[in-house]
Amino acid sequence: MTAFRVAESGRVRHDRPVEFQFDGRSYQGLEGDTLASALLANGVHLLGRSFKYHRPRGILTAGSEEPNALVGTRRGPGRYEPNTRATVQEIWDGLQAESQNRYPKLSFDLGAINDRLYMLFSAGFYYKTFMWPRSFWERVYEPLIRRAAGLGKAPQEPDPDHYAERHLHTDILVVGGGPAGLSAARSAAKSGARVVLVDESAEMGGHLLSEPGLVIDGQPAWDWLAGMLEELRELGVRVMSRTTAIGYYHQNFLALCERLSDHLKEAPADLPRERLWQVRAGQVVLAQGALEKPLVFDGNDRPGVMLAGAAQTYLHRYGVRAGDRHVVATSHDSAWHAAFDLSDAGSRVEAIVDTRANPSDALREAARDRGIRVLSGHTVTGTSGRLRVNAVRVNPVHDGSVGPAETLGCDSLLMSGGWTPSLHLFSHTKGTLRWDDESDAFLPDQQAEACHIAGAGRGLWGVEAVLQDGDLRGAEAAEAAGHKPESGAFQVENDRTGSGETHRELPSDRKPGRARAFVDYQNDVTAKDIRLAVREGMKSIEHVKRYTTNGMATDQGKLSNMNGLMIAADAVGKAPPQVGLTTFRPPYTPTTFGAFAGYHRGDHFEVVRKTPIDSWAEENGAVFEPVSQWRRAWYFPRQGEDMEAAVARECLATRKSLGIFDASTLGKIEIAGPDAVEFMNRMYTNPWTKLAPGRCRYGLLLGEDGFIRDDGVIGRLSDDLFHVTTTTGGAARVLTMMEDYLQTEWPDLNVWLTSTTEQWATIALNGPNARRVLEPFVEGQDLSPEAFVHMSVAECRVAGFPARLFRLSFTGELSFEINVPARYGRALWEKLYEAGQQYDVCPYGTETMHVLRAEKGFIIVGQDTDGTVTPDDAGMSWAVGKKKTDFVGMRSLSRPDLVAPGRKQLVGLLTEDGSVRLDEGAQVVADPNQSVPMAMIGHVSSSYHSATLGRSIALALLKDGRNLKGQEVYVPLPSGLHKARVTDTVFYDPEGERLKV
Amino acid sequence: MTRFSALSLLKNAMTGHKDWEPQWPDSEPKQEYDVVIVGAGGHGLGAAYYLAKEHGITNVAVIDKGWLGGGNTGRNTTIIRSNYLYDESARMYDHALDLWEGLSQELNYNVMFSQRGVMMLAHNVHDVQSFHRHLHSNRLNGVDNQWLTPEEAKAYCPPLNISKSARYPVMGAALQRRAGTARHDAVAWGYARAAAARGVDIVQNCPVTAIRRDSNGAVEGVETARGFIRAKKVAVSAAGHTSVLMDTAGVRLPLESYPLQALVSEPVKPIFPCVVMSNTVHAYVSQSDKGELVVGAGTDQYTSYSQRGGLPHIQHTVAAVCEVFPIFTRMRMLRKWGGIVDVTPDRSPILNKTPVQGLYVNCGWGTGGFKATPGAANVLAWTVARDEPHPINAPFHLDRFRTGRLIDEAAAAAVAH
Repeated sequence: MTAFRVAESGRVRHDRPVEFQFDGRSYQGLEGDTLASALLANGVHLLGRSFKYHRPRGILTAGSEEPNALVGTRRGPGRYEPNTRATVQEIWDGLQAESQNRYPKLSFDLGAINDRLYMLFSAGFYYKTFMWPRSFWERVYEPLIRRAAGLGKAPQEPDPDHYAERHLHTDILVVGGGPAGLSAARSAAKSGARVVLVDESAEMGGHLLSEPGLVIDGQPAWDWLAGMLEELRELGVRVMSRTTAIGYYHQNFLALCERLSDHLKEAPADLPRERLWQVRAGQVVLAQGALEKPLVFDGNDRPGVMLAGAAQTYLHRYGVRAGDRHVVATSHDSAWHAAFDLSDAGSRVEAIVDTRANPSDALREAARDRGIRVLSGHTVTGTSGRLRVNAVRVNPVHDGSVGPAETLGCDSLLMSGGWTPSLHLFSHTKGTLRWDDESDAFLPDQQAEACHIAGAGRGLWGVEAVLQDGDLRGAEAAEAAGHKPESGAFQVENDRTGSGETHRELPSDRKPGRARAFVDYQNDVTAKDIRLAVREGMKSIEHVKRYTTNGMATDQGKLSNMNGLMIAADAVGKAPPQVGLTTFRPPYTPTTFGAFAGYHRGDHFEVVRKTPIDSWAEENGAVFEPVSQWRRAWYFPRQGEDMEAAVARECLATRKSLGIFDASTLGKIEIAGPDAVEFMNRMYTNPWTKLAPGRCRYGLLLGEDGFIRDDGVIGRLSDDLFHVTTTTGGAARVLTMMEDYLQTEWPDLNVWLTSTTEQWATIALNGPNARRVLEPFVEGQDLSPEAFVHMSVAECRVAGFPARLFRLSFTGELSFEINVPARYGRALWEKLYEAGQQYDVCPYGTETMHVLRAEKGFIIVGQDTDGTVTPDDAGMSWAVGKKKTDFVGMRSLSRPDLVAPGRKQLVGLLTEDGSVRLDEGAQVVADPNQSVPMAMIGHVSSSYHSATLGRSIALALLKDGRNLKGQEVYVPLPSGLHKARVTDTVFYDPEGERLKV
Repeated sequence: MTRFSALSLLKNAMTGHKDWEPQWPDSEPKQEYDVVIVGAGGHGLGAAYYLAKEHGITNVAVIDKGWLGGGNTGRNTTIIRSNYLYDESARMYDHALDLWEGLSQELNYNVMFSQRGVMMLAHNVHDVQSFHRHLHSNRLNGVDNQWLTPEEAKAYCPPLNISKSARYPVMGAALQRRAGTARHDAVAWGYARAAAARGVDIVQNCPVTAIRRDSNGAVEGVETARGFIRAKKVAVSAAGHTSVLMDTAGVRLPLESYPLQALVSEPVKPIFPCVVMSNTVHAYVSQSDKGELVVGAGTDQYTSYSQRGGLPHIQHTVAAVCEVFPIFTRMRMLRKWGGIVDVTPDRSPILNKTPVQGLYVNCGWGTGGFKATPGAANVLAWTVARDEPHPINAPFHLDRFRTGRLIDEAAAAAVAH
């Protein structure tokens, strides 16, 4: 058995030893130990170095609020993790932990030179220097600061673990599995409500785990606890351990992080490491207990200095004594009990040093019985010991004056500055706190969510009171959730009720400017730093926090905020509530990114949307491009072809005979209802009233600002039914916009909107032979040019599949778009492809589609428009119904700047040298001989090599562009200056002859 | 004002730091000022500083409902860049960048401006087109911005995942080397200290409840929780609350206010040398001098004045960070928070005179106000002092929403195919 283990004590398994390593050395702990308790059992107190001064640091707490004992943990490749709290990490056989922020080693750290220079490194020192010479900030000072800062090292490899997420609805969520939470969960569950009880620890019980001497309802505390948990299980309460409530959001929505595998030696491969629960609770009971405050005195950070409550936890829960010879320094009764328990367990308690002049007689008597010396009315003024405390300097205080010092030898200094109700989650809700003079603490005041605070969070002290309160709050919550609660009663023997007083830094006989009295341990913020901040004008707690970094460490101020506030308030000369409290922010404890990302990693980061024809494209060698969430076939290279060659071949084949294109990603919205045509008239610029069923029309959609937002061909299937198509990327946005108008502006319209994007597969056949291939497959529609004119739509059957058939053209060729239910998409594609063989059918991708449309001057919204382009700018005034009285964006179109001359207009550009393809995005100037900054007249929006025309073509948005037609402009590129002529936007078949096949 | 220097630091270290003076006095408001600035963030304090320094107007009060620097100045992710598309924006942000470069020395306050470069990732063809347009425009405007291949991007930022099989593979990046980060609080404090040294009153915890106009309609002063304060010129620079305040003067602003969230990780040793922004994947990351990864999230979907924000945006943002930088899944989030951003219809600010005589407004910076701080403050001071806009902010007029002369940077990046 290790030196500091107490035989048969604690909840650890004495029969199950566990081997682990710390800084390369092997140690033995027991199953149920945390890394901290196991190291303490081995007499190891030095675990880390502080952030700024690199001071040796030990274990301060026994919980998730630990600021000092942060280590790196490793579990094979890719599973390194920095800044793990040793007080939370459970040990398992083979666990490797290492200390951080030290060089070359933990016991001898060169960085500790900073500690010698501490007078220089006062709060905010970096704002006052490092400014000269100017270039040195980035070249010298900042790199030095960055290297010195940080704690652990970031992981270097991708994480092999996976993370999960779940959603949960419950009537009542109880946060905290201590006495208040347990009794709250029981009374709530007895009412019949669905109850979830969570606790961050490995087991339920909270404070009860640290105080086995209690007798509750006639049973020893741990027997009572076991019975209670059994009862909760029978009542159907979902009890979740290792689960931290990390954030409390609007409408009783809470996030929980459940840790599933970090405590296991070998985790099953399918077990997620962590799971994020998103809980919507009818009522919430917050029973998070209270956090013990350190006392602030010179040397309160040496390894071996620990919170008294933590020592009590290590003793009872883990069977570990925090040392052999303790001095206890306190301003609260609770630490006395820790001293008594340690004394009873065989440790020597040299003295109890109480800042209060008159601790209770009962406590004094209990100390006397154990032979413990009591120094009341005393202060602590220093400690000594390099890597572990070996003595404490104490002085009597009379009427505010500090008397002569006495030095007490020890190997453990336990302290308590009283307790702070833990109200972090309550603060997340923006619930307000009020200062309570009696308990010297902030207590909950106005609440913003349906929550109930139970137990120590309301300033209650003593297990019986807390159990009773939890029971009542649980009942209250159940009633609020619509259930009939019943309350219980509790009787607790050996209940250690107590009280204490709150201090700022303890009085000292030494020069206050020299004292190293720490408030925020991890960030090395001392009491004098806080006073300096106030001296420099930082009078709000927010300023103090940001100037000193007090409360900004990984414990988020759980230990430092109240002490910092007391000192700042004293320095400002105001009462604590007037100086204020910083806002607690989620997460309650640091939470891995992986838990937030959950399943959304790698291939599941965002779903890849694929069309029904995607698999064919993949089998046939397509290269894909991501377009919003879709992947689309970009081009279909043949052996040895690069993109340019493939696209040229696809373009020529389509123009010459036949191309086939998967257009399934186009957004599709069905607009149905008696007012469908009125809705269309109000949404789109075009007139729709006279569009006959069976015909389609190009529709243009504007924003309220009058600028083009989306476009697409829209077919009218019947009087009250429109088949709208949108751009691929715009589908969701357009539907949202339509719903927004329908629900908020035009509730009078009787219209239904349905997204049908994924319901239809859309295949476009383009080219002079399109009709010849398609015709034999079509039933129920005459495809002859007279019967099915350009811009028609029909519901018919194609290859036996129900279809919506459009005749339209985005290439300038004879073209049909066949929509069939998505499940038939690939089958139809294969039939058409096979039938097309006799016409050398060519499958083509998005790039060829772009080239073909550019040759015809058709715009791509988002490429040739950018949210500043009106229909007239794009040369599409024809799409705006002249007689219409209203449509979205209509009023804006008459704004002065939108009708002013000199707007950028879409034009064609032909480079002087047809082999030069301009860069898309290239800027255009009228005068090439200007110096930078140059006056630009616009930019190239689309630019391709046109195989059909045997030269490059481009579209551009140019100031007053249409008036520049025939003139020359210049495009200065890094590769050289290019001359181009402004032309019409239609480069190919301007008369539209090819549609008349 | 005690000058800050290594020497003064050393001297004070010898005497236990007990002789430092307040960096600014917490002033009681006087009854009347020449100029009242509402909002003691970086923009408002900076404007006061430049009013005093460049225009000789020192009878100025900066009034805030809370503590100075407590709004978006102290809540942002501190990214500074100027590679904007339109001439108007490029001029505004480049003016700011010029001032950033000398700000620590100018204020005698180390604002830790660090030109570590801002790299914007392109993940699809549309991004590439859009960034190229920016690059070409920046080049001809004299704004630095350069194109990097995926391999060059990874060399510049080693944690970057440039795998071709990524969900949104990196197709390249636009890098502005002059861009970077600064210590946000120090900007507010530095301006406050320098302005106070020139006689400006900084009045904290004094909510302005209304802007009062006289019978001719001109500004007369502001009603505050501590009484009426007379001033013929009032500049409102109160991000997150501007529309409410301006409403009291009868000026309706086209602003919508949204929660915007950000977060930091636990501090680690240097791992991330620059700033990376990915608009497509929605990840914005840098590492602070303290070692925390600083991550910006998107605005919530719904308007709100609550500085909280919801969980889904955070989940998406963190997932995006892990997608672009897969080594970070085992890092932990330390703290997240929200601020309220005022968004205009064209996502560009309003910084100019208003229809009300003597009333000036600086608002609508959306998610990007911090980077503009010195530039915006500088031209706001000019506008107030001369009662006419500086050429740089002249286009950022409220009237553009009537005329349609918008400066739409967001629309320039619009995605639709």
